[in-house]
Amino acid sequence: MHVPDGFLNLPTSVATGVAAATVIGFALKGAGRELDDRSAPMGGLVATFVFAGQMMNFPIGAGTSGHLIGGALAATLVGPWMGILCVSVVVIVQALFMADGGITALGTNVLLMAVLTVLVAAGVNKLLLSLLPKRVGLVAPVSGVAAFLSVLCAAAAFTALFIVGGNTPIAPALLFKAMMGWHVLIGLGEAVITALIVGGVLALRPDLVWAARPLLGSRPLEVRTGPVR
Amino acid sequence: MSARRLIGLGLILAFLIAGVLSFYASAHPDGLQMVAKTLGFADDANSSDGSLLAGYQVPGVADQRLSGGLAGILGAAIVLATMTLLIRVLRRKQTR
Repeated sequence: MHVPDGFLNLPTSVATGVAAATVIGFALKGAGRELDDRSAPMGGLVATFVFAGQMMNFPIGAGTSGHLIGGALAATLVGPWMGILCVSVVVIVQALFMADGGITALGTNVLLMAVLTVLVAAGVNKLLLSLLPKRVGLVAPVSGVAAFLSVLCAAAAFTALFIVGGNTPIAPALLFKAMMGWHVLIGLGEAVITALIVGGVLALRPDLVWAARPLLGSRPLEVRTGPVR
Repeated sequence: MSARRLIGLGLILAFLIAGVLSFYASAHPDGLQMVAKTLGFADDANSSDGSLLAGYQVPGVADQRLSGGLAGILGAAIVLATMTLLIRVLRRKQTR
């Protein structure tokens, strides 16, 4: 999903750059409020894991691959503002050090992969978890659905940007169909990986999953007799 | 499991993926690259290969597996350091 330099024209790249910088500004403020003793140490892990996950391209058939974007994973584990910062750091490091994603396209890539996916996933998480029974175990499958939809939204948003500011004119319907076709499959991969990792953390330490915290409630203090283990 | 332990194990897994398992990742073009190829705008891309670890390879290391693994570990370390620093700054601002 990394957009290289040259796909989008300069005005579009400048516009996405300004938009991305603005959102990162909000995210820095929001993360300041969101951060606490539990989510602070998770931020480093989530960013590092997303970087690693993005290296692990999986085949989706017909000589094509996809990789985790990680927006839904980050949104679920550390919350939307911290999530935006985590994936933004990954995308910026990739552009500056690995030539993965262009420099003039950096705003576009931050917007598509770090902002849009995180916000879509956070919204889907919130909506589904408010509608479904209040069970902590549901956070993992819900994060998978959020992951799937976040990838589709990113693919659709790239299509829209390309129609507005692509350097080569392509029939919009053709581009949309091609982008969606592959990204439905990539989204399924994203959903499975996200749900598995969220499920793993839930099993070990549900309180470290940001999206699960409202469901945990406050467990009444138990008085146990016997040896302390 | 303590949070510290979980984060430690997670980081080990992340560095293992970036440094070792990434060698076995699919080398096929990703969804966007494939679309660009089939619809004929792949040539619009200007690669910026002046970056330090361009293409997830460390310059001067001939062995591809080693070069790619080192680039993955270095990249993951840069991400971890940046994020840790950023969180520290945000936390410090909170307490003021």
